[in-house]
Amino acid sequence: MANSERDEATGMQTTGHEWDGLRELDTPLPRWWLIVFYTSIVAAVIYWVLMPAWPLMNGYTRGVLNWSDRRNVAAEVQALQSARAPMFARLAEASAEGIAADPELQQFAIAAGQSAFGDNCATCHGAGGGGAPGFPVLADNVWIWGGTLADIEQTIRVGVRSSHPEARFSQMPAFGRDGLLSPRQIGDTTEYVISISMARARLTPDRAAAARGGVIYQEQCASCHGGEGAGDRLIGAPSLNDDLWLYGGSRAEIRRQVEQGRGGVMPSWEARFDAGTLRSLAYYVHEMGGGEPDAAPAPLTPPQ
Amino acid sequence: MATAVDSRDGHADAFAIAAIIVLGAFFALWGAANATDRAFAIQMWTALTAFLVGGVMLTHQLGRGAVAAVTRYQDGVVKAGVIASMFWGVAGFVVGLVIALQLAFPDIFYFPDFGWTNFGRLRPLHTSAVIFAFGGNVLIATSFYVVQRTCRARLAGGLWPWFVFWGYNFFIVLAGTGYLLGITAGREYAEPPWYADIWLTLVWVVYLLVFLATIWRRQEKHIYVANWFYLAFIVTVALLHIVNNIAIPVSLSGWYSYSLFSGVQDALTQWWYGHNAVGFFLTAGFLGIMYYFIPKRADRPVYSYRLSIIHFWALIFLYIWAGPHHLHYTALPQWAQTLGATFSIMLWMPSWGGMINGLMTLSGAWDKLRTDPVLRMLVVSVAFYGMSTFEGPVMSIRAVNSLSHYTDWTIGHVHSGALGWVGFVSFGALYCLVPWLWKRERLHSNALVEWHFWLSTIGIVLYITSMWISGVMEGLMLRAYNEFGFLQYAFIETVDAKVLLNIIRALGGGLFAVGALVMAYNLWRTATGSAPAHERASDVPAQPAAVAAE
Repeated sequence: MANSERDEATGMQTTGHEWDGLRELDTPLPRWWLIVFYTSIVAAVIYWVLMPAWPLMNGYTRGVLNWSDRRNVAAEVQALQSARAPMFARLAEASAEGIAADPELQQFAIAAGQSAFGDNCATCHGAGGGGAPGFPVLADNVWIWGGTLADIEQTIRVGVRSSHPEARFSQMPAFGRDGLLSPRQIGDTTEYVISISMARARLTPDRAAAARGGVIYQEQCASCHGGEGAGDRLIGAPSLNDDLWLYGGSRAEIRRQVEQGRGGVMPSWEARFDAGTLRSLAYYVHEMGGGEPDAAPAPLTPPQ
Repeated sequence: MATAVDSRDGHADAFAIAAIIVLGAFFALWGAANATDRAFAIQMWTALTAFLVGGVMLTHQLGRGAVAAVTRYQDGVVKAGVIASMFWGVAGFVVGLVIALQLAFPDIFYFPDFGWTNFGRLRPLHTSAVIFAFGGNVLIATSFYVVQRTCRARLAGGLWPWFVFWGYNFFIVLAGTGYLLGITAGREYAEPPWYADIWLTLVWVVYLLVFLATIWRRQEKHIYVANWFYLAFIVTVALLHIVNNIAIPVSLSGWYSYSLFSGVQDALTQWWYGHNAVGFFLTAGFLGIMYYFIPKRADRPVYSYRLSIIHFWALIFLYIWAGPHHLHYTALPQWAQTLGATFSIMLWMPSWGGMINGLMTLSGAWDKLRTDPVLRMLVVSVAFYGMSTFEGPVMSIRAVNSLSHYTDWTIGHVHSGALGWVGFVSFGALYCLVPWLWKRERLHSNALVEWHFWLSTIGIVLYITSMWISGVMEGLMLRAYNEFGFLQYAFIETVDAKVLLNIIRALGGGLFAVGALVMAYNLWRTATGSAPAHERASDVPAQPAAVAAE
């Protein structure tokens, strides 16, 4: 400590080193700092004794508490599954009316379905089933593939245009892109589609064009969408006589769908969910607002 | 030692750098010609351009007689580093603001026609720009400044320090443009592709040699504490960078590569790297800055030499173990999680040792905080350092982590350290350095520093409080169960609940970015402006002859 000197402000000695005018005081370690540091080391050692901590040649020190996250999680999951099993068993047997008649079962089905819906379906169909362009609204009573509990469950199970062997499948021709109709014919058809839909109140179709389009519609569209646009759930042809549009309800959007014939993909959820979750999910969607009773069979043939 | 040779000793440094440039240019040309994908081709054309520019600059430098008076400190490269820091700082903060706005207003700031503006590409651009471009340039510049002053020796290696500066910034450009092209190694904070990693390794080893050689030729008996921290930062970052980026390229003429590790080993290697990037890049290096600039600015001795020794070694020894706390409740074996958590707890006091030494150095000079906003910025940075190094150990406790992990709390924690500690200590150092380097008596405007200080401080407080609230809320929502044991909330509901907090965060980040613009203006006016010229005693080595004594 050759050049050690006393610092006036603190009364502490300096160490005697100096670099570019910088000096250091020889202050001892703060007592509280040292105590907390030692305490944290002691706490760490105690934790190592209690819990799995240090690797060994084969395995690791397991700790005197014999704690294992892996085992605990497995036990908790098992306990939860056992607790839910009776409810899921009842759910598997029940019809939509049966679930509705049993308040406890209904609450359970809604809770299970809502949870599965939120993390798997809401991304496309919206948190409340409100849909988005290209992704059907689930909260209304218009269904492409049927709205009974069994129909909905089947759609969830196999998906639409998915890789599942029983997938629901439909394909609308791209009348414009593939040159099946001329732009003028597509315009006429668009006017006719508007004229048979509820959109006619807000879009006011061109009568002459709609009359020409009606002929084209009967040739090209009626076989799937029905002569009056009621659609056909058996082949997944959406109804055209309402004012709900999968790809948008403006004149330009309706026309674009005739031109391009788009169809989206919904994955099959069979591999992801067990039967109980599938049933509760179907029930949750069924109860969003537009589920149809089991008793009334979905129309099997297009209304003439 | 080849790097210690000054240019006047036969231009060995210039020839070696020229060889690197020629080899690099040939590889870039070959890569551009044989590229297996378009992004790689663009990268190689960029690299070729950079090497050609580098070659022209080197020739020009040699034409001017290479190096001026070697009896002076090498301050040119420090000046360049200060300019680069300010440039990258503003760029990085603005990109950060853009992605904050994308999260707050996704309908407005989403541009599907410009895929490269997607959050997924801008986010690594932001983190790399602020950590590596801004922080890295601050570290290189200040370390070159401090090591010369505290060793009373000119920077070793002739042109090699310039190679470090330009080489490092070339790495930044290559990495940043790569992110926008969609190139990524897929490792957080280590996204640059394999060829950029190899280049950085070369630059970094040269940086280490320049730093070591300068310490080697010091005219002081002892090595000052700031240099211990800088050295720990340079050595450990080399180790971290190399191990974490060991990868096998699919093709030498394409950017894609596979990590050598797989599964949980890969995850652990990544977070061993990731946490120690915080520990050694953002902590040890910036503690080096603190240990020079706070006592210098306060004109006070460092509070405790003993504390600096103990907390240095404790920090170095303990930090390297803490990485597994990033992988709590994952496939990582529980014993490794235990070690990560307990070493993080033990790290609390060693971190606070640095805070104590920074704050208590002001004993006898606290009144200066009233009049000197630059010193206040430096001191507040240490306060933020203390806060985030307390928060970190708390978050590493597994029970706390089960709430905080995968939420905005983590983002808030990172930013209290990044904006408060790293940002402010860097700003303080730059405010000191510009008048010193450009020989001005004082800054252009102290009032603008006050504005910067308050804009940034309010910005940081808005940022971290909104993220705390958002993170805790998100964590509670994600773990909420209904009476049947099903999850109460869907992920999208947590997103929806955070909208207002995301807006407040963007506001805070905006204030911070505006503060940085005020600073850039102030520094530019200082360097070019009317403040009287001023030569400081410490700008001249006390024993100029000693520098030549090889």
